[in-house]
Amino acid sequence: MHSLSNFCLLLVVLLNFFTLGSARLGACIRAVAIQGGLLALLPILSHGITGHTLLLSGGALLLKGLFIPWLLLRAIREVRIRREVEPLIGYVPTLLLGALITAGTFIFADFLPLLAQHQDGLFIPTALATFFSGFLLLMTRRKAITQVLGYLMLENGIFIFGILLSDAMPLMVEAGVLLDLLVGVFVMGIVMNQINREFSTINTERLSALKD
Amino acid sequence: MAGFLLHLCLLLLFAPLLQGVITRTKALFAGRIGAPLLQPYFDLRRLWGKGFVLSRTTTWVFLAGPAVALTVPVLASLLLPFGGLPAPISFEGDLILFVYLFGLGRFFTALAALDTGSSFEGMGAAREVTFSCLAEPTILFSLIVLARISGGLSLNSLFGPHLAGAWGTGAAAPLGLILVCLFVVLLVENSRIPFDDPNTHLELTMIHEVMVLDHSGPALGMILYGASLKLMVLGALLVRLAFPWQTGHILGDVLVFLGGLLVLAILIGVVESTMARLRLVRVPQILIGTVLISIFALVLVLRST
Repeated sequence: MHSLSNFCLLLVVLLNFFTLGSARLGACIRAVAIQGGLLALLPILSHGITGHTLLLSGGALLLKGLFIPWLLLRAIREVRIRREVEPLIGYVPTLLLGALITAGTFIFADFLPLLAQHQDGLFIPTALATFFSGFLLLMTRRKAITQVLGYLMLENGIFIFGILLSDAMPLMVEAGVLLDLLVGVFVMGIVMNQINREFSTINTERLSALKD
Repeated sequence: MAGFLLHLCLLLLFAPLLQGVITRTKALFAGRIGAPLLQPYFDLRRLWGKGFVLSRTTTWVFLAGPAVALTVPVLASLLLPFGGLPAPISFEGDLILFVYLFGLGRFFTALAALDTGSSFEGMGAAREVTFSCLAEPTILFSLIVLARISGGLSLNSLFGPHLAGAWGTGAAAPLGLILVCLFVVLLVENSRIPFDDPNTHLELTMIHEVMVLDHSGPALGMILYGASLKLMVLGALLVRLAFPWQTGHILGDVLVFLGGLLVLAILIGVVESTMARLRLVRVPQILIGTVLISIFALVLVLRST
């Protein structure tokens, strides 16, 4: 059980790297969807099968793994985005930054005052690494949809963190976060359509040149 | 001495079969029946019976390339345990010799390509050298991770029997990571599809094939044979990592090893038939990614021990 959840977390980190380095929008969305699906396994693997964890896993799988990626894929089809991600800084520097951050979180996690059972696991560093990778994606990409992806990844990081606390954390909080995210994606979709119609591109850089 | 001979026999007899398995898998994916599994052996025999065609502008370097390409994998294999069989030659630090033997082979292949004086071959040599210098850190970092886990510095102890136990402990995560990294290195070094197409003869995209374009007859045969030996030697690293079980009996060990190699060959065939070739500018990016992943694996190992 323990090594299985570690394996899942490791795949999550690899998917972080993949999303940071990948040039294709569709592949990025699928990677984040797979990440969401992997995260859905974690509550069951780390806490055993109970009603609470089943609900958490099912919700995560439906929303993170299926519904939101489907919305995003639909969005890029409708707005007819070209496939390239167009990073603000190149792929290799982004990857390097991501690796530095990941290594940093692994070192940093050892200094945190944690419970003894969380001390050596991969949970905390992976949560932080996913969080910061999402942040990096949010910062370094131009297209609105990749920023949504970054936001999604950031939420994945919070979710991993939440799994450790899932005994203490009521389901309502988790559901609230997920709902927030869903609303965020919806709003982003509407905004994207709007930007696309006004500017015939969804490059958010053009927004900084807005005048009244 | 018996181990020495068994090692060489396994390597020399089994290696071309892997190429046959890969071609067959690709053919099955494409819905064809494909060439017979033993086709690489027939090809080698046919090439061996032919004569040389040598350009008057070439020197001895042109013939040294194929010779080195054939001997290097044989020498490198002697340092490497084949599954449960220990390596015939082993000393502390032989992992560095192992990595740089391949560097030597690459140097001579590139030199032989440059010796022809064709600008086209020079282009291939430049590409090959660029990619392999990016693949080298990955393989070194992966071996350092293994060295840290095993506590030894020879390939024999790196791939020793402790691997089976290590998969169950905290070392499983970095082992999984370097397995991925080494698989990518295997594909790059053997010019397999996401990075280079071994069957292509399109001028703009060829990397390794363009360097051996001017070789003919026995020289080409030596290069092809050397390539299949290289595939087997690098594959042996992966097979040992992924199937670390030891039966305790020589025959069982050999069977586990050869079975693992066949699975690996099928896997390569599947990857080749399901993936498209990457654009040239994307290859260094992927390789830098694997370097980072192997460094990350090292961080994980250093953290857990």
